[in-house]
Amino acid sequence: MQDISDRLRKITEDKTLSPAQKAHYLALEAENSLPYPELDADTRKALDERVICDMFEGHAPYKPRYVLPDYSKVLKNGSVYLELPIPQTLDEAINTLMIAYHHVPSVTGMPVFLGDLDNLLLPFCQGVSEEQLYQKIKLFWRYLDRVLPDAFMHANIGPTDNPVARAILRVDAELKQIAPNLTFLYDRDISTQEILRIATDNIVECSKPHIANHPVHATTFDERGYGIVSCYNALPVAGGSSTLTRINLKEVALRSNGVAHFFDEMLPRYMALNFSLTRARIDFLFNKSNFFESFLVDEGWIEQDRFTAMYGVFAMAEAVNVLQEKEGKTGVYGADEAANSLGYEISKVLAEAVAAQPLENVWRGRAMLHAQAGLSNDIGATPGVRIPYGDEPDPIAHVNALAPHHQYYASGISEILTMDETIKNNPEAMFQLCKGALATGFREFTANVASNDLVRVTGYMIRLSDVKKFNDKKGSRTNTTGLGAEAADLMGILDRKPRVVGHELSPSYTE
Amino acid sequence: MNSPPAILNKILPYSVVDGPGNRLVLFFQGCNFTCATCHNPYTIGVCDHCGDCITACHAGALKMVANKVVFNPELCDQCDACLEACPISSSPMTTTYSIEQVLEIIRTHLPFLSGITVSGGEATLHLKFVKELFETIKTMEEFGDLTCFIDTNGHLGEKAWTSLLPVTDGVMLDIKAFGTGVHQGLTGQNNQKTLLSAEIVNRAGKLHELRYLLVPGKNDMQSEIKRLIDFTLALNPDIRVRLNAFQHHGVRGAALDWPTMGEERTREIAAQLTRAGIKNVIVPAIFQ
Repeated sequence: MQDISDRLRKITEDKTLSPAQKAHYLALEAENSLPYPELDADTRKALDERVICDMFEGHAPYKPRYVLPDYSKVLKNGSVYLELPIPQTLDEAINTLMIAYHHVPSVTGMPVFLGDLDNLLLPFCQGVSEEQLYQKIKLFWRYLDRVLPDAFMHANIGPTDNPVARAILRVDAELKQIAPNLTFLYDRDISTQEILRIATDNIVECSKPHIANHPVHATTFDERGYGIVSCYNALPVAGGSSTLTRINLKEVALRSNGVAHFFDEMLPRYMALNFSLTRARIDFLFNKSNFFESFLVDEGWIEQDRFTAMYGVFAMAEAVNVLQEKEGKTGVYGADEAANSLGYEISKVLAEAVAAQPLENVWRGRAMLHAQAGLSNDIGATPGVRIPYGDEPDPIAHVNALAPHHQYYASGISEILTMDETIKNNPEAMFQLCKGALATGFREFTANVASNDLVRVTGYMIRLSDVKKFNDKKGSRTNTTGLGAEAADLMGILDRKPRVVGHELSPSYTE
Repeated sequence: MNSPPAILNKILPYSVVDGPGNRLVLFFQGCNFTCATCHNPYTIGVCDHCGDCITACHAGALKMVANKVVFNPELCDQCDACLEACPISSSPMTTTYSIEQVLEIIRTHLPFLSGITVSGGEATLHLKFVKELFETIKTMEEFGDLTCFIDTNGHLGEKAWTSLLPVTDGVMLDIKAFGTGVHQGLTGQNNQKTLLSAEIVNRAGKLHELRYLLVPGKNDMQSEIKRLIDFTLALNPDIRVRLNAFQHHGVRGAALDWPTMGEERTREIAAQLTRAGIKNVIVPAIFQ
C-alpha cells in the first residue's frame, strides 16, 4: 500500500491536473483514508478480489452516486435557501438553472443531470423568437462545457418536437462540445419523424445525441418521470441512485466448473455478496452521512425515498465464452446463437433475482438491474453485455444479437454501434437504423461515426484530439479526457475500429 | 411466383452506400461488361463448372457432384483462393435463391431497412426475377413503403426499362466514359444503351443518381469531363452526380498497374462540375 502522504504529494505536484482537478483527487484520497463501511468477511473478500465492485465510489458514501433533481421546483418556487426569486423570463430561468447545478452533488462532484431542458424552459419561451432562443441556448451551452466540464453531465430533451429541443440540437451540432451529453427521448406516437431525423443527423455530425426508447422507459418508472444521466442510466427524477455496485460476470464464470454450477451456486453466491455490499453503502448514506438533511429535500428537489440502487453487471461476453469453453463448446458470444442464448438466460436469472430481493432505503424496495459500461482500468472485461471490441458484426446483426437482453436492464443498458464514415453521405441510414433498433426492443440507441473527433467512450464523449494532447502531457480542460486517455491506452480504443470503448469513470488518481 | 431462381453472389443486409438510407443489397452473379477497374471482378462470370477452383480449395468446401461444382459454406474459411483460380472471373461461392427465399431474408431485417437495392454483377440481366421481386414487394402490405432501387451499368434496352420502371423507385446509373473508344476500352462494350438509359430513366423521374468512376489518364481528361457536364446539364442539372475515385481495392489484372484517383484531383473535378451548374455533386467520404 502506497504511503498516503506520498500519493497526496504526487497529486499536488502533478503537471497535467488543474488546481480544481487536484482538489477533487485530494478529497478522494482523504475519503479513502477512512475505514470502509463494515462488511462481512465474504463480501470483503469478494470485493478485494474484484469479483464484485463498488466502482471505487469511496469509503464513506456521503452523497448519492447520481442525483436527479426535479428542477421544476426551483423554476416554479424559486429557492429560500439559495435566495432565488421565482424566475419570470427565459434569461432568469436559465440563470436559475445555472445556479442550481452548482448545488447538486454526484459521485464526480459535478451534476450528472441537467433536467429535461425543453420541458423546463418551454414555459418561459413565449414571445421569444427562434433566433433569440438559439443565441441564449448557445451561451448556456458554452457555459456548461466550460464551467462544468464533465461529460457525465447529461441533458434530456423530447419526446415532443418543440422549439427548445430544436434549438438545443442546432447548437449541439454546431459547437460539438464534449459537455453536456445529450439524450433525445423518442416516442413513435409523440415525437415527429422530423425531429428524430434532426437528432440522427446530429449523430452523423458529432456522435450525439443518444436516443432513448421513451415508451419502454416510461412504463418502467412512474408519473414523476425519469431521466437519462451519465452513461445511459435511467433513474427516477426527484431521486436518483444511492449507489452502483457491479458483478464481474467473467470472474464468476471462472470460479464455476460449468453452466449448472454457475447458475446453481456461483452466481447466487456472488449476487448475495453484491447485495450486502450494496446494503452496507446505502446504510452509511442513509444512517450516517446526514445527506438528506439538506435544502434539496426541504425544497422538494429530491425525495429520500426516490433513490434506487443500481445493480450492475459487466463482462457478459467473457462470462459466456468462459462457460462455453468449460462445456466444451466453441460458439462465441455475439456470433453464435447458442452462446447468445446462454447470455439471455443469465440476464433473465439476474433480473429475477434482483426483483426478488427486498432492500431497505431503496425506491420501491428493489434494486434495478444495470448493464454497467465499464471503468477505464477494466482489462479483459467488456462493458455490460456488449460484444467485444473488434468482434462486432454489422450493425443489424449487432442489434439483433443484443436486443433480447434489453428487457431485463431497467436502469439502463447501452450498446455503441460504430458506423464507418460512408454514412456521412447518407444520414438517412442512421435514421433508419435508429428506428430499427428501437423497434427491435433496444432501450437506447447510441452510435459513433468513424471519423468524428467527438466520440463516445462508453457513455460519455471525448475529443480524440484532446486525448492526443493529454498524452503529450499538456493536460486537459475537461475532466473526462483523462479517463478517455487512460481507456485509450489500456484498451486500445484508438487503434481499434473507429469506435469507442466502454468505461465510465476513473475514480482515483493514477499517474 | 413464376420467375426461375437467380444466382446471387451475396446478400448484404446493411449498406449505406447503395441508395438512400439503409438498404439490403442483392448482388447478382454475372455481368455484361468486363471492366478492368471492377472492384468485385468475381461477380462478372457465370460458373461453367470447369472445376479449376476445386483443387485450389484447401478447406474442402468445393466438390464436383454430377458434373456441377457444389459449394459447402460450412467448411469455407473465406480465403478466396477459388476466386483467384477461376479462369472466367466467376465464383463458386454463390447461392441460388427463389423470390420467396429473398423475401424471407428481407422480412427478418425489415425494421432496419429503407429499401432494397439490386446490384451485381449486373442486376438487369435478371430482368424477370428483379421485376417480379419488386412487384411482390409493392403489392404485399407487410413491406410497407420499402423502396426498390437498381444499381446498373445501363446496358438495357428501352422495352425492358418500360416494363421495369413502374415497379422501381430509383436507379443509380454508372456511366464509365463518354467517348465510344474510351468506353469500349474500359468495359468491353459500347455506351449507346447506357446513355439512352440515363435519358429514359430520367424522363420517368427515377434517376436517383448518375455515377462516374474517375480513372486517371483513362476518363478524367477534359474532353471526357466536358461531355459529362454537357450530358448532365442537358439531362437534368438537379440530378445528383456521384464522382467515384478509382482505387485498387478488389481490382485484378492490368488495372492494378494504373494509378489510383486522389482526393485533390477528385475535388477539383467536382468543383468544375459545380461551377458549370450541376447542383448536386458528391465525392467519396473516404479515399482508400
